[in-house]
Amino acid sequence: MSNASYRQIFADGIWHRNTGLVVLLGLCPLLAVTNTVVNGLGLGLATILTLVFSNLAVSLARGLLRPEIRIPAYVLIIASLVTVIQLLMHAWLYDLYRVLGIFIPLIVTNCAIIGRAEAFASRNPPLASVTDGLATGLGFCLALVALGALREVIGRGTLMSQAGLMFGDLGASLQLTIIPNHPGFLLAMLPPGAFISLGLLIAGKNWLDTRHTMRQVSGGQTAKNS
Amino acid sequence: MLSARNSIFRSAASLALVAVLGTTLLVGVDRLTKAPIAEQEKQAILDQLGQLISPDLYDNELQQDLFSFQDEFYFPGGQTVVTYRARLEGKAVAVILKIAAVNGYNGKINLLVGINENGTLCGVRVTSHQETPGLGDAIEVEKNDWILGFFGRALDKPPPDGWAVRRDGGEFDQFTGATVTPRAVVEAVRLALEFFADHKSFLFESPAESDPGEKT
Repeated sequence: MSNASYRQIFADGIWHRNTGLVVLLGLCPLLAVTNTVVNGLGLGLATILTLVFSNLAVSLARGLLRPEIRIPAYVLIIASLVTVIQLLMHAWLYDLYRVLGIFIPLIVTNCAIIGRAEAFASRNPPLASVTDGLATGLGFCLALVALGALREVIGRGTLMSQAGLMFGDLGASLQLTIIPNHPGFLLAMLPPGAFISLGLLIAGKNWLDTRHTMRQVSGGQTAKNS
Repeated sequence: MLSARNSIFRSAASLALVAVLGTTLLVGVDRLTKAPIAEQEKQAILDQLGQLISPDLYDNELQQDLFSFQDEFYFPGGQTVVTYRARLEGKAVAVILKIAAVNGYNGKINLLVGINENGTLCGVRVTSHQETPGLGDAIEVEKNDWILGFFGRALDKPPPDGWAVRRDGGEFDQFTGATVTPRAVVEAVRLALEFFADHKSFLFESPAESDPGEKT
């Protein structure tokens, strides 16, 4: 594969086909954990890890798996990988494990992962599949962090609160107070706020895309006229 | 016919292969992580108990000197209360009760309540809960200092009327947007103190369980 197509993989995974904002897969974790930046980032990193390794495994096994059994095989692969990640975090990243709790095993139910296995890794070589996993995971992680930031600022007036849970003492100093003496805005922290915030983010992304297209169109016309 | 059967067998065999590989991987990682996980869990309990009572104040093994009991009046919801006893040279110093507050916003709030021999609280900590993130979770010591406010309190400090959140006319703060959670915690701690006042010798003198297994 050429460099150009790797660039395309990243552009698709992070922007054009962003799992959280365009394809709208994996909404359950996306909406559930994003009440703070740190929670979103933690789950985002675990999801990147899962996507990279599940894409690698599916790509390596793509010659072996016949079409009729591919879905159960993907589920087996993904469930095994997530359990491995959960056990490793439980053993060596205990604090982060405590923070994310139930949402680590729930990564298995993120349709984005089986989606990438089916749509990409099952028909591409390992290196490209790993790249795709990384790009898709990064896109999902960015959506989680953006949503977390939006809800945390509106709901609590802070950013990166509780970063100490993830980065130790170093992280404790990362907290930013954006709105001092914020009384707290309950709606943003609760599930309805998650849906509304996600709607705002999608609208924002679409606005950027439309503006970009309009500029290209008008730019092309100017070029033709001159 | 034969080829159709062959293809089914091939599918089944490759699926089984994936399952075997996955299981092998899991068994390996489980073996690898079992000891560190048990160590982490044990350390986590010791750290939590250590937040309530300084290791200098006792000389017994807290995790050996424990027993459990049930009392539906003081500790409702069918919960099993685990009691850790801290002693210095055999003399009672404090108990730490592992209880749950059942009137929370969402499910049980698991608590450790440490009570000194003289009936004052040496501290309260939340071990796990499912309260609303960002609102009710301020009961966690990592997120808010609220839970530290129990230190040094006793059944008569504040007087009985004060053992409630401010909205109910008591002395304990509630959180913005979350009254139910702190109300449940205050209630559970008060009941634990009442139980301690009535059953102090039971808590200190019940024999330790021979096998402190996984009790929650």
